[in-house]
Amino acid sequence: MSKLRAFGAFWYDFVIGDDWLVAVGIVVGLAGTYGLHRGGVTAWWLLPLVLLVLLPVSLSRAVSGPLLPRRTHERRTPPASPRTPPAH
Amino acid sequence: MSAAASALFVAVFLACAVEAVEATTIVLAAGTARGWRSAGTGSVAAIFVLAITVAVLGPAVSHLPLPALRVVVGALLLVFGLQWLRKAILRASGHKALHDEAKLYAEQLAEAKEQQARGSILAPDWYGFTLAFKGVLLEGLEVVFIVLTFGANAKNVGLAAISALCAVVVVAAVGFAVKAPLAKVPENTMKFVVGIMLTSFGVFWGAEGAGAHWPGSDAALLVIIPAIALFGLGLVALLRRSAGSDGGHAAGLPQRASQVAG
Repeated sequence: MSKLRAFGAFWYDFVIGDDWLVAVGIVVGLAGTYGLHRGGVTAWWLLPLVLLVLLPVSLSRAVSGPLLPRRTHERRTPPASPRTPPAH
Repeated sequence: MSAAASALFVAVFLACAVEAVEATTIVLAAGTARGWRSAGTGSVAAIFVLAITVAVLGPAVSHLPLPALRVVVGALLLVFGLQWLRKAILRASGHKALHDEAKLYAEQLAEAKEQQARGSILAPDWYGFTLAFKGVLLEGLEVVFIVLTFGANAKNVGLAAISALCAVVVVAAVGFAVKAPLAKVPENTMKFVVGIMLTSFGVFWGAEGAGAHWPGSDAALLVIIPAIALFGLGLVALLRRSAGSDGGHAAGLPQRASQVAG
């Protein structure tokens, strides 16, 4: 059973890799391209568009946060002066 | 050589060179720690298995209908390409430790030296044999996949095979000449380029396999490849800024990239 699990884990890692969302996004993109083609609509643009969304989203998941630098609107608190009484 | 053939040669050469660097590191560690005879026998046995795989799968893949082949291969190339590109972007922006062949070599060497020797006439040491066999087989399977998919899709398996052979021979020759892991190879840059190539071919073939027609046909690749490269470089710059803006803390980054394994 553990060998079967290891075999499955090897193929999952080989094909799916670190982020399953990428694999799912690609399948959805290909299915969408096929659907557009069957409906008689120009379809070449869909996969590049999926890529434009998928890669930043996957990278964002990898670093656990948004890619754009955060803009902080909070007022900076001045450093504590030696004369400032300690907070209780 | 046409532009499409040149792109095919470069993509296969770079992808196979990266795999060959990793296989060479493992074989060098096995040979140095456990003896060259067992490591050599293990490598030759793996190459034999790979040759049989190509001989069996090559004609079978070539007989598949092109649209079905392109959609499956396009999907796989996209998955692999995006994995490579994602890792290369994370490494280039400092969010992941750089791939260190010297460190991997030292780890393999230390582990190999700890094992007891047991073997036969052909392979005096089974551990060395198995280590080299597994390393060459696993990295080699990726080379076979790249050659068959790229070659079959471009209807030029011969050129893909020659390109892969050139890459493997060059890397192995350099590795055995210096008898040291190829730590100075700019592996991350190569992986970045390979990620772009795999993703570009994946987008092109995947869309064609699903029925789409690219404006300009094959010439569309000449737009897709630089566009994805620029997009990747832009993401590296963006990630560097985001890492710099919060000092790595808000994104949960380690203080030093070397603290991240892999």
